[in-house]
Amino acid sequence: MKKLVALVLSLMLVMSCTSVFAEETADLSGIKLGVILLHDEDSTYDLNFINGVNEAKAALGLTDEQVIMVRNIPESNDCYEAALDLVDEGCNIIFANSFGHESFMIEAAKEVPEVNFCHATGTRAHTEGLENYHNAFAAIYEGRYLAGIAAGMKLNEMKAAGKIKGDHPVMGYVGAFTYAEVISGYTSFYLGAKSVCEDVTMKVQFTGSWYDEKEEKSAAEALINAGCDLISQHADSMGAPTACENAGVPNVSYNGSTVASCPNTFIVSSRINWAPYFEYIVNQVAKNEAIATDWTGTIATGSVVLTDVNVPAAAAGTVEAIEAAKAAFVNGEVKVFDTAKEGFMLLGGAPITSYIADVDDLGDYVPETEVVFDGFFHESEFRSAPYFDLQLDGIELLNSMF
Amino acid sequence: MNDQKATSLREPLFHLTKRASISSAVAWLIRLAAVIIGLAVSGLIAFLLIEKLRLNPKEGIAKFYRCFYEGIWTEGKPFWENRSIWKFLKDTAMLLCIALAVTPAFKMKFWNTGAEGQTLMGILGAITVAVWLVPQARNASMSVPYWTLQLLMFGAAVLASTVWALIPAIFKAVWNTNETLFTLMMNYVAMNLVNMMLFIWRPKDFTLPSMNFDKLSFQFENLKSFVNNYLVIVLAVLALTFILFIYLKYTKHGYEISVVGESVRTAQYSGISVKKVIIRTMIVSGILCGVAGFLFASGLNKTIKPDDVGGNGFTAILVSWLAKFNPFGMIVTSALITVLNLGSAEISSDFDVSSAFPNVLVGIILFFVIGCEFFINYKIVFRKRSNRVKGASIK
Repeated sequence: MKKLVALVLSLMLVMSCTSVFAEETADLSGIKLGVILLHDEDSTYDLNFINGVNEAKAALGLTDEQVIMVRNIPESNDCYEAALDLVDEGCNIIFANSFGHESFMIEAAKEVPEVNFCHATGTRAHTEGLENYHNAFAAIYEGRYLAGIAAGMKLNEMKAAGKIKGDHPVMGYVGAFTYAEVISGYTSFYLGAKSVCEDVTMKVQFTGSWYDEKEEKSAAEALINAGCDLISQHADSMGAPTACENAGVPNVSYNGSTVASCPNTFIVSSRINWAPYFEYIVNQVAKNEAIATDWTGTIATGSVVLTDVNVPAAAAGTVEAIEAAKAAFVNGEVKVFDTAKEGFMLLGGAPITSYIADVDDLGDYVPETEVVFDGFFHESEFRSAPYFDLQLDGIELLNSMF
Repeated sequence: MNDQKATSLREPLFHLTKRASISSAVAWLIRLAAVIIGLAVSGLIAFLLIEKLRLNPKEGIAKFYRCFYEGIWTEGKPFWENRSIWKFLKDTAMLLCIALAVTPAFKMKFWNTGAEGQTLMGILGAITVAVWLVPQARNASMSVPYWTLQLLMFGAAVLASTVWALIPAIFKAVWNTNETLFTLMMNYVAMNLVNMMLFIWRPKDFTLPSMNFDKLSFQFENLKSFVNNYLVIVLAVLALTFILFIYLKYTKHGYEISVVGESVRTAQYSGISVKKVIIRTMIVSGILCGVAGFLFASGLNKTIKPDDVGGNGFTAILVSWLAKFNPFGMIVTSALITVLNLGSAEISSDFDVSSAFPNVLVGIILFFVIGCEFFINYKIVFRKRSNRVKGASIK
């Protein structure tokens, strides 16, 4: 069964990729892609980008000379220099992967208008008005929602077996910082779980770092001790998964499968696959067409993916339920931030009918854009980087970190 | 029995003697040889570790060594538009500036290992002024005149660095605390102070923090913008090099520093106030670190992170020591280290190897460069042939 599903899935992926990208085989010989990375393979965040680059490189048949990766570029003037150095090496597309690289990429983009600069997780492309500067992100909240469904089903199973610690199921979430990116992530995870397990609540603990194995481990342990029945996280180390495996508490992971080290507790993991974006920008430049100012990858583009479900640890029927939900997303039947849905309310019980978000990010922190209409919160539509930062009923923040 | 005794009396194959003096030409020749041996050994290690190199050895090795040249010069570009050479000049200047800062203290044997933190405090001082005076919103216009702002940032940078250098100096002068550990620990205090300030300045809840002062930077309209800032930095540091050379060699202050460095007792008997010299010299160090901090803050990064100095504060110690505390020698040593850094970074991206690899290469080369100082200070005397004959004749 699992093999069949995997086969169908991979066929679907291949077909969707070919249908999107292979309509026109552009001449790629003039392409040279430069990639600026904050760290190197030791960080799961950067490894995810390196894998994406290599996957796209193989898919497009680019040679070693056509792709240059520069590692360990800090979020400082070094990024500006690295970008211009890549220009001098003949790159016509330059990509940077960390949020703090943005202002330096913009400086470089202003200096070299004939080269395309692409930046993951940034927020300023749509207000800078530069033709050669672009932002990209993925609707990872969709992936988290799917992972949340797996979590909710596991909780239902535990509840039926009488294994819940308290009177209702409680999830724990280890977050890095109290930023929109993390808030959007844990909220969609919670909503996914709630869609199958009505009475679930969640506690969130922040660590103040994207990568701190010790902190993440102790945060997960604290949540387990506080009565959480299941843990998920938005941080890059093995800290939380390890704590869960030690305590025998189910874990929903991020950025890749942790099944090798956590065979008994790993359920599923969501991650962003950057390969479709790299293929997209290479093809656009080869065809001499404009790259989207804000590009948001989705489940449909193959940018938001789930790893294989760890069937022994997950609840029965998880694989099928995720497939069904995924199809509903692709059809547009389901919205993650469905403000019209019953039970979708702010902390304190007020319903959400309007929200003005600071989408333009001019540095003034003055919100200006209405993002709730047509019955749902329009996440990642007005720009690719997340801006959902509301506190929903049922989610308790134990601390906050900036 | 007799025979054995005779053997043990024989001189060893070689022994070491301290050189009384060495001509600077020979010393530099030894250093040059060390760099060449270091490059050869690092090439060998790269050959063993990098598969791409092994598969195509002839071209690979040539490409490997070419990287050191390509790291600082882009082929086919004129000097004024050659970004590689300007990056090289700027990196050298920044390293040199911090090396200049540690030098006066080192000359009086005050081991200041805190240049990293002192420079970071300079950046913090300058950025603090910017946070107060520059509007955070990118669409707002600046209310403070450009040069007033630069001047205030400069003043704040110098003040903050000087205070940071002064604290361990006073402790040393008054209570004779260990300055090496004190200044080292002050680095970490400075880093966490930056973290704290970033926390205080964080924008409204629930949004990503971003601090950008895009409007800051030195502007010279008739130059390409990349050269803009870098030329100013290079000229400023070059001027500082001349000033420090004169200060150390031709002024009374400079003389007092070298007397304290030679012997504290001699200084005391000749009526030099050692306390005063320590404090005054660390103020000089602090001012120079402040200049470096200002250049980082206003000329380059226009923002602040705890690791903005990037280890230059520690590398500067090596630069200063290798040049025997001579400011002009430091131009050579800081350029050497910058060439190694840029070249090995080029190797990392050209051969697509881990970013730890450049550190390995630089480490190997520096091992030989530092090791060669031993051969400059000591002479190897090999056993003479005649000795062996003499030893044999005892039998």
